[in-house]
Amino acid sequence: MSNNLPDAEIIKRESNYLRGTIIEGLNDLATGSISDDDNKLTKFHGTYLQDDRDQRDERRRQRLEPLHMFMVRLRLPGGVLTPEQWLGLDQIADDCANHTLRLTTRQTFQFHGVFKHKMRPLMQAVNALELDTKGACGDVNRNVVSNVNPHESQVQADIHRYSLDISERLKWRSNAYAEIWLGEERVEALGEDAEEEPFYSYYYLPRKFKIALAVPPENDADVLANDIALIAIVENGALVGFNIAVGGGMGMTYGNEATYPRLAELAGYVPADQVVDACEAIAAIQRDHGCRTERTHARFKYTMADHGMEWFLERFAEYHDAPMEAARDYVFTHNGDRFGWVEGENGNRHLTLSIQSGRIADFDDGYQLRTALHDIAQVHTGEFRVTCNQNLIIANVTPEKQPEIQTLVDHYGLDDGSQSSPLKRNAMSCVAFPTCALAMAESERYLPALTDQLDALMDKTGLADTAINVRVTGCPNGCARPYLAEIGLTGKALGKYNLYLGGDERGERMNRLYRENIDEATILGLLEPMLARYAAERNDGESFGDFLVRSGIVDAARGPEVFHKAYAI
Amino acid sequence: MKIDPSNSPLSAEQANGLNRLIETLAPHQFDWLAGFIAGHQAAQPGAPSGATASQSAGDTGQERPSFTVLYGSQTGNCEGLAESLSEQANAHGINARVLDMADYKPRQLKSESFVVIVTSTHGEGEPPDNALDLHEFIHGRKAPSLKHLQYAVLALGDTSYEHYCQTGKDFDAAFAKLGATALVERADCDVDYDDEAEAWCKTLLERLQNEAGASGMPTAGGVSAAPTTEAYTRRYPFMAEVLDNQWLNGRGSSKETRHIELSLEGSGLSYQPGDSLGLYPQNDPTLVATIIERLGLDAETPVTAGDIDTTLAGALKHHREITLLTRPVVEKWAAFSGSAQLTELTADHAKLAEWLYGRDLLDLVDDAPVEGLDAQTLVETLRKLPPRLYSIASSQSAVDDEVHLTVAAVRYETEGRKREGVASSWLANRLTDDTAVPAYIEANKHFRLPEDDAAPVIMIGPGTGIAPFRAFMQEREEREAEGANWLLFGDRNFHSDFLYQSEWLAWRRQGVVDRIDVAFSRDQGEKVYVQQRLRENAEEVWRWLERGAYLYVCGDADRMAPDVHRALLDVIIDAGGKNEEDATDYLRELSRQKRYQRDIY
Repeated sequence: MSNNLPDAEIIKRESNYLRGTIIEGLNDLATGSISDDDNKLTKFHGTYLQDDRDQRDERRRQRLEPLHMFMVRLRLPGGVLTPEQWLGLDQIADDCANHTLRLTTRQTFQFHGVFKHKMRPLMQAVNALELDTKGACGDVNRNVVSNVNPHESQVQADIHRYSLDISERLKWRSNAYAEIWLGEERVEALGEDAEEEPFYSYYYLPRKFKIALAVPPENDADVLANDIALIAIVENGALVGFNIAVGGGMGMTYGNEATYPRLAELAGYVPADQVVDACEAIAAIQRDHGCRTERTHARFKYTMADHGMEWFLERFAEYHDAPMEAARDYVFTHNGDRFGWVEGENGNRHLTLSIQSGRIADFDDGYQLRTALHDIAQVHTGEFRVTCNQNLIIANVTPEKQPEIQTLVDHYGLDDGSQSSPLKRNAMSCVAFPTCALAMAESERYLPALTDQLDALMDKTGLADTAINVRVTGCPNGCARPYLAEIGLTGKALGKYNLYLGGDERGERMNRLYRENIDEATILGLLEPMLARYAAERNDGESFGDFLVRSGIVDAARGPEVFHKAYAI
Repeated sequence: MKIDPSNSPLSAEQANGLNRLIETLAPHQFDWLAGFIAGHQAAQPGAPSGATASQSAGDTGQERPSFTVLYGSQTGNCEGLAESLSEQANAHGINARVLDMADYKPRQLKSESFVVIVTSTHGEGEPPDNALDLHEFIHGRKAPSLKHLQYAVLALGDTSYEHYCQTGKDFDAAFAKLGATALVERADCDVDYDDEAEAWCKTLLERLQNEAGASGMPTAGGVSAAPTTEAYTRRYPFMAEVLDNQWLNGRGSSKETRHIELSLEGSGLSYQPGDSLGLYPQNDPTLVATIIERLGLDAETPVTAGDIDTTLAGALKHHREITLLTRPVVEKWAAFSGSAQLTELTADHAKLAEWLYGRDLLDLVDDAPVEGLDAQTLVETLRKLPPRLYSIASSQSAVDDEVHLTVAAVRYETEGRKREGVASSWLANRLTDDTAVPAYIEANKHFRLPEDDAAPVIMIGPGTGIAPFRAFMQEREEREAEGANWLLFGDRNFHSDFLYQSEWLAWRRQGVVDRIDVAFSRDQGEKVYVQQRLRENAEEVWRWLERGAYLYVCGDADRMAPDVHRALLDVIIDAGGKNEEDATDYLRELSRQKRYQRDIY
């Protein structure tokens, strides 16, 4: 290993298995923050420091430190939780956070606005619900996401079990979590990899690692954006195995052409009972071979780009003790959610609600989304499922219970998708302001106004019933997967975005940079003629992104450079 | 009075110019000019100081009797007067010395011939910190017979307090009881003490000269109460420009504390960490207008306030106190109004004190209406608007010719009406871009950083009490002092009320400050204050004390200071293993060593 390790690597290694001085930091009453070093470690614990950026300047003049608050993210494989857990999280939102819950683009929950002195109470309350936050952030395996497939009950149950198993297998183990948050005493005997971190060792992974499961033809988990994409192969209604694609990842840095978003490449197939071991093997390859000296080059996608598929397959055969089999056929048709009620194989019903930007709150305009879901949770006997499109499924409602649920939905005016245009209900955004320190432009707070403008354009061009995949982020890190959108915006400065065009509706083709650093008026001005042409010239059932490529408005090349260079006409 | 060029070293042109100027000067301006020149002389190297000049003038070889001026002073006013009196005495050929009461060994009283006590009173009739020892001594069993002693007491106080000039009265009574003879009658001076104090000193010195039989001509330039080295003083303040006025509390705070920066550029004023800034505020024009209207008077009526010609509105806004009532004012008002209630109140001191609390002139006007009160009489009835003092929150080493203040807006409601502190609300609400603040420096020798830069310092300063500690740290930072520094701070809510938090955290990061302990009373169910942090860290506090740490307390006198004092005793008892009596002695010894200093208000 090179001696030239970046700070983040060094801090990790010297942290004594993720302990650092977090406890001292939590006990320091003079500041609402923890040290920068500790803030890198708390990521592994599922939390890190933010501040209210709306108040930053004002507080600087008041000679007050920034209004520091923590964000806490749950580990929630497959996004499934019980009504009791829902009610518990709802309570925590009031007791310890900012009275909202945030569904993420990776099927889990985030709390915002958690003041330091509420951190331990929050973590203890979460753990009391038999949930935890381990590995929700940091250089480890992240939340394992999957399709929600409400109608395929048996396969869905299998997928969910694998999600749980994979997540459990790749969870970090050290006792730091219990010591820091749950009040356990430090046990001196530990301090060895074998005891503390058998898989991750004291240096963990080079970077974040993401695993997703899909059951074709649905791809609502957008699996190809992940380090490992597991594509379920179902024969005669039974799950027999998984195609494995590797090396996907959103995220790039403006101006650094060595960084770029990438889609996972198909590597092969493993039988279902080997899939957990296979994931561990692949994570181990990344652990041992990923770049440690350059954070911007450390994701598995760059390891794959550097070494190639052949190399990978050789490594896999070593680490897994068996090679991959040949990949099997599959087809993806759609990466969006299906809204409204559907009936599953088991006769139960599932209702997918459209939740704008995944934010669950009682809003100022009278939309009491949070209270509604609280009331539903009180009577619901099935479970909830968070989707990777930031929406929510009230799952496994018995036919007898359905009227009761529907009554509540009606009473609170919840959106089962029918209240929004197809464009609006499929749109996604990351959080950005006021809490995210990386945001360069608004995202969540901007999406409603943006989609209103786009709806107007769609109406104008006669496309009101058409779905177009729109995703907005506040920076190029791509937490809302903008590079897979048909229309993607990434923030460059307040009010200015890069415009990406030409993704698809299946999650199989990325878009490319069309124009850089433009404002809303320019964006709308560019889109309008394209939408008009699309309305006039599209084939039956052809999506906007496919049309753009077919018509040559945007070409199909997707090498790394297309994300950095604006499209030349 | 004219200068004759023929018997002065001045040219005709100079003499004529001066004569023309002198003709235009009012008496107080002439006094000031004389003092300015004398001060200028005194500041020159090699110039004879008042003391040495008088020694040469009055040295007849006779043994001169001792004349000791002792001052008990929290703010420096009494010290200033004592110094001035001593200078004048020396100028008159009397061998005077002036001492801080805390530096004076009470046993020496039996060898004194003349002792003058100049003292203020503190809180509810308590002696100032540095007077405690002497006060206790002369009231105790060890007090000697003082039949040989002649003494005088000059007491400073504030008629808005019930126990007006109590300490001065105590000393007067104690000396008399021990058999000493009063040279002149005690004078009790209200906040505007300059004129009365000056007159009293003059009388005292005349009496002294007769008694002591001292000879000698007063030296030139011995003008009383004149500024010696500074041009701007309490009597003649500097008009300071406002550079910044920032509300420090965060969103949602229940408090309004402001950071104010004034410019001292061109003033020649200098200050040290621990000093206070005195400033003259302006009354709320709305309150002024209401009072005038209620009395059926005309705001534009010309009046004379002291020696200032102005309008009635001007007098009430700039020169007279209208937000506090004092006994003399209420007594006069009782006579004007014929109010039975007021007459009854003025007869009962305790009841009056209770009634006075929170009431202002408008309340008086409403409760006891007066027919046919004229503007001039009103102005003469009220007492002069006194300056307000604020502990300075900056060090000139860091901010040069600026001076920073931390001011809490005082707002409350009594008798169904919303009220505000005069100075704090003026600074918070009524300053405009071109308002100048009449300001002067009030030195405070009793609140100083240790001379030893390596000495550890413990600072206890809840709320605006943090102000001088900001000055301390700025100073220590500039000096690169290695001494350890520990701040204990408290206020209501952590998110919005941690005054200067970003500065303190930066200092802690840089190692200028070693520890910060905080207590925010309203952040949780039960109230938590700084004294609890002291108790929680008793061992550490004790370790610092044993290492020679200096303790500083700044802030509220009524509750915080006594509570902190108690906590310190508890720390010494628990961690130091002492009993109550020994702990009390330990703290008192710290005080004597100037290692327990307090700036409380």
